[in-house]
Amino acid sequence: MTSAAGPEAVARAVDGDPMLPRPFVVTRTHQDTRDTYTLALDPLEGGPLRFAAGQFTMLHAFGVGEAPISISGDPTRPGPLLHTIRNVGSVTAALATAPPGTVLGVRGPYGTGWDVVDGKGGDVVVVAGGIGLAPLRPALLQLAAERDAYDRVVLLYGARTPEDILFSDDLFRWAKQHGIVVEITVDNGQHAWRGRVGLVTHLVARAGFDAWHCLALVCGPEVMMRYSAQALADRGVAPDRIRLSMERNMKCGVGLCGHCQYRELFLCVDGPVLRYDRLAPLMARSEL
Amino acid sequence: MTIEQQVAEHPFFAGLAAPTIAVLAGCGADVHIPAGEQLFRAGESADGFYAIRSGRVTIELSMPVGGGAVLDAACGGDVVGWSWLIAPYRWMFDARATEGTDAIRFDAERLRAACDADPGVGYAVTRRITEVMAHRLQSARVRLLDLYGEVHD
Repeated sequence: MTSAAGPEAVARAVDGDPMLPRPFVVTRTHQDTRDTYTLALDPLEGGPLRFAAGQFTMLHAFGVGEAPISISGDPTRPGPLLHTIRNVGSVTAALATAPPGTVLGVRGPYGTGWDVVDGKGGDVVVVAGGIGLAPLRPALLQLAAERDAYDRVVLLYGARTPEDILFSDDLFRWAKQHGIVVEITVDNGQHAWRGRVGLVTHLVARAGFDAWHCLALVCGPEVMMRYSAQALADRGVAPDRIRLSMERNMKCGVGLCGHCQYRELFLCVDGPVLRYDRLAPLMARSEL
Repeated sequence: MTIEQQVAEHPFFAGLAAPTIAVLAGCGADVHIPAGEQLFRAGESADGFYAIRSGRVTIELSMPVGGGAVLDAACGGDVVGWSWLIAPYRWMFDARATEGTDAIRFDAERLRAACDADPGVGYAVTRRITEVMAHRLQSARVRLLDLYGEVHD
C-alpha cells in the first residue's frame, strides 16, 4: 500500500506549518439521516483538494475544535470536497450543522488509502457498518467508475435501523447502473422493513465471491470490523487482502503528536487503512 | 422435483447420507407461502419446521404500537423455527412471508418421532439446529451492544 502521508506529510511539516488549516467554505449541506450530514466544501484559495479513497482530513470549526473526518467524495472527478459527518458531540455538531457560507479549516488529506486498484482483475468485497460507509464511498465510486476492470463487486452494509441507511440513492445507482451487488441488513427492523435483519458478518458467507482472487475493504465500528475480517478470513480471503480502516484519536495528522498511537503504529500516517494480517494480533487486545 | 431431492439440495441438510435424507423427506411437504401470509403466530403450537428454498420470511414480535419489531429474517437456504424441537413446542414469535416463499414444511410430530426412533437422524438434525441457534445467539449478543448506536467525540 502506498501512502500520501507519512514521510511526505512530515516533509511538508518541516517545509511549512502542518497545523495551519486551509480555509474552505461550505457551499452545500445535506442531511443524510437523523444525525448525519454531508457537507460540500470549496477552497477559498488554490485548487481543489486531491485525495485518495480512504484518506481523511482534519476539519476545523473555528472557535470550537478540530476532528478527523473521512472524505466521502469522488476521487476520480474534480469537484467540491465532501465530508459526511455524524453529529456525536460539540465539534462534530459544529461541523455537521455548519450552514452554507461557513468557513471551515481543512488540513490534509492524510493517511493511507484503500488502493482499490489492487483488486483489478478480481472480485472486490466491501463490508460497511453504520457511518463506516462514508469512508468507503470514494472506493465504491472508484469501483463504479472503472467497473469493467473488476469482476464481481459486492457491498455488504449493516445499519442500525432502516432510517439509518446512508446514501440510499448511491446504493440504488451502484446496483442498477454499475452491477454492484448490494446487500443491506439492519440490527432492528420495523414491521414495514422487508430486507434482512442481523449482523453484516452473516452476509459474508453468502456473498458469492471468489475468495482466492478477492480484495476486501472493511470499515465500521472496531468490533464489527473484527468479526467481519474474521468471517472473510474464514471464507478463505487471505488476511493480507483484507483492509480495514482504523480510528483513533487523530490530532496532528502527520505522525508527530502520538495521540493516535496503536502500539507501534501511528494511525494518522500508518493508517487509517491497514492490512488485516498486520492488525489481527492487535485487535483482540483491549486497551490498545 | 421430489421432496427427497429438495431436502438433499437444501444447504441445511448438506452432508447427510441418503438414508437420512429419505427419512427426513418422509416428514416433509413442498409448500408455497404467498407474500404477507403468516407461517405461524406466537403462542400457537409449534407443529412445523420450515426449510426455506426461496423467498423471504421475517421473524417478528408484535408490539403494542407500531405494528411489530422484526427480529430476524430468513431467505433461501435458511431454516425457520426451533420451537418444534424443544418442549413445550410452542412458537415464541410470529413468522411472516414478506415475499412469495417456497419451502419444505416438516411435520413436527413426525420429525420428532423420526429423531427419537433413529438417534443418527436425531443427532444430525439437532446438531444442525444447534448451529443455527448458536449463530442467532451470537448475532443477538453482538446486536445488543448497539455498535452503530450513540458515540461521542
